[in-house]
Amino acid sequence: MANDLTLPRLKSDDLPIVISAGFVLVILALGSIYTVATLGTMPLLSPNYLLTQLQTGAFLGIVAAGMMMVILLGHIDLSVPWTMTAAAMMATTVGGPAAIPTGLAIGLLVGLFNGFGVAYLRIPSMIFTLGVDSVMRGLMIAHTGGFAPQDSATPLMRYLAADKILGIPVAIFVWAAVSIVIAAILSRTAFGKAIYATGNREAASYLSGIRTRWVIVGAFVISGLCAALAGVLLAGYSAKAYQGMGNAYLLPAIAAVVIGGTHILGGRGRFIGTVVGVILIVLLNSVLSIMQMPEAGRQIIYGLVIIIMLLVYGRTAKVTS
Amino acid sequence: MSAITASTPPRASALAMSIRQNRGFYGAILLLAALYLVYNFIHPRGFSTNVFIANTNESVALAFVAMAQAMTVIVGGLDLSVGAVMTLTSCIASELVRGEPWQIILGCVVSVAAGAGFGLVNGLVIVYGRLQPIIATLATGAVAIGLALLIRPQPGGEVDLDLNWAVTNSIKDLAETYHLFEDGEAAWLQPIAWVPVPLLILVTITAAVWMPFRRTVTGRTLYAIGSSEGAAYMSGLPINRAKLWAFTLAGFFAGCAGLYLAIQTGSGNADIPQAGAYTLNSIAAVVLGGISLLGGVGTVIGALIGALILRAISFYFRILSIDPLLQPLVEGVVLLAAVSLGAIRTLRVKNRLELFR
Repeated sequence: MANDLTLPRLKSDDLPIVISAGFVLVILALGSIYTVATLGTMPLLSPNYLLTQLQTGAFLGIVAAGMMMVILLGHIDLSVPWTMTAAAMMATTVGGPAAIPTGLAIGLLVGLFNGFGVAYLRIPSMIFTLGVDSVMRGLMIAHTGGFAPQDSATPLMRYLAADKILGIPVAIFVWAAVSIVIAAILSRTAFGKAIYATGNREAASYLSGIRTRWVIVGAFVISGLCAALAGVLLAGYSAKAYQGMGNAYLLPAIAAVVIGGTHILGGRGRFIGTVVGVILIVLLNSVLSIMQMPEAGRQIIYGLVIIIMLLVYGRTAKVTS
Repeated sequence: MSAITASTPPRASALAMSIRQNRGFYGAILLLAALYLVYNFIHPRGFSTNVFIANTNESVALAFVAMAQAMTVIVGGLDLSVGAVMTLTSCIASELVRGEPWQIILGCVVSVAAGAGFGLVNGLVIVYGRLQPIIATLATGAVAIGLALLIRPQPGGEVDLDLNWAVTNSIKDLAETYHLFEDGEAAWLQPIAWVPVPLLILVTITAAVWMPFRRTVTGRTLYAIGSSEGAAYMSGLPINRAKLWAFTLAGFFAGCAGLYLAIQTGSGNADIPQAGAYTLNSIAAVVLGGISLLGGVGTVIGALIGALILRAISFYFRILSIDPLLQPLVEGVVLLAAVSLGAIRTLRVKNRLELFR
């Protein structure tokens, strides 16, 4: 009976997840063959190594979780890099117990503003969030004078990002908590269903009584909050905030969401796919660095992997009418 | 149809109609003219050839990248690899554009052809792989940056200095460098001797490539695809060919940008943040130039104007005594305000359903 249920579902939304999970195993296998051949050991398969990888993946995972909400609507959030940086900088500036709430408040404000521009002013999200990103950058440069702020992260931020419980990094628990919340929102709440509906066809959703503008604002707020949380954690991980700390997260986050099977035009995709996509990108990066691949080769392989994965399962229908 | 046109003065009505249909484009031209006039009035050495040459020099690369972006936006796509392709071609040019005259010419041709070739690959992946342009070019952009890093792991290169001098100055200097037209002293040349070569390059390439192309069936098909791909297909238009051309020409323009950048700076640099900045600015320029991100509206010339507007705004920072620390903020606010002008459309909407497209 279980087979009857899973087989037809495998054809639509689960196929990307199965393929990318398979690809994760392929990466691990190829990396292990390489290390056995050169070092004679298999550090890739040690639990410690994998946990370290998941810890670095946690920041990307949290950003990608928020990004997925926006991409499901057929929009995109390009303000992630400086939302992360701004949240981290303000959190370290304020310090004390108010540090993390301050950082999250920045994310909330940016999300509200993005949502207002996209949902109410109807400016294409790609261009509006891009503008918001440069405004945030300007604010932070004016705030810090263009240097890395001297304030260091609070003990709580360091604990959440860099400490361990029972040998497992706390950051992984934070990522898991965010993932459970987002997955629950997407599959268990009316808001989640409204996101899928709005992403499929906004006019139809509007006519069927969904307040689509609120849905868009909500999704951007979640994206802003996730980016802010990731920024605060990243500041905790490196003990302080610095200029451009979020720049390396925007494109991998989009790639992770899309590799995980979420349709870039919205309306389709499962959250577990995004998690698999994040793990795939993080492992790919670390295996390439074990192989001491220069930056040039990494970029090429990175691009080719995305293209090949999408050619396997991301193809759109042929236009025939 | 003929009765209607006969009853009104044809030329005036054509212009009025053109303005009605391209409000964004004409608005952009007015904005650029106003911005640049005021800039020259404030500038202590305003309205001088030197200022004009310096300004056009700084605008060419972005203008070409914006034109590249426009090609793909008109068909309803988006090319996130334009900045990366520009970086790739500038790295290629920094290796090849030197030595004997024939080597220099060959180097220029190879650089631009590499850009066009990369654009063609983009097009093939998007058309026959049936991938979304945004995500496909995101990936191919990474490949382009990787190739650029392979060619030039460290910034550097020795681009021919004569060429650098000739194309970054006025037409007279160009003629002097290569001993053309009596070393630039020919009488007929004097009225246009002050024109900056970068401006001449921009105008020539736009006139030689875009103007003829948009009048072909393929060029028309770009707009049809952008407006409604299904309708274009049902009308029997060459959809695949048009998309391939759009991305190839985007690569060509990005290649021109890279070549110019290499000649202008005399070197190549596989700078990832710079590539990203050019891509993002190209999107902003396209929107400022009156091209709809939904596709089907606007021209490559609009994108050119949009890029010049972005550059004109940044020129102001030098002459107004704004705290350098506030510059990025002012830049960001201006960009956000400029793109928010598109929101005026929502005030004209009569039925809320029109908002959802």
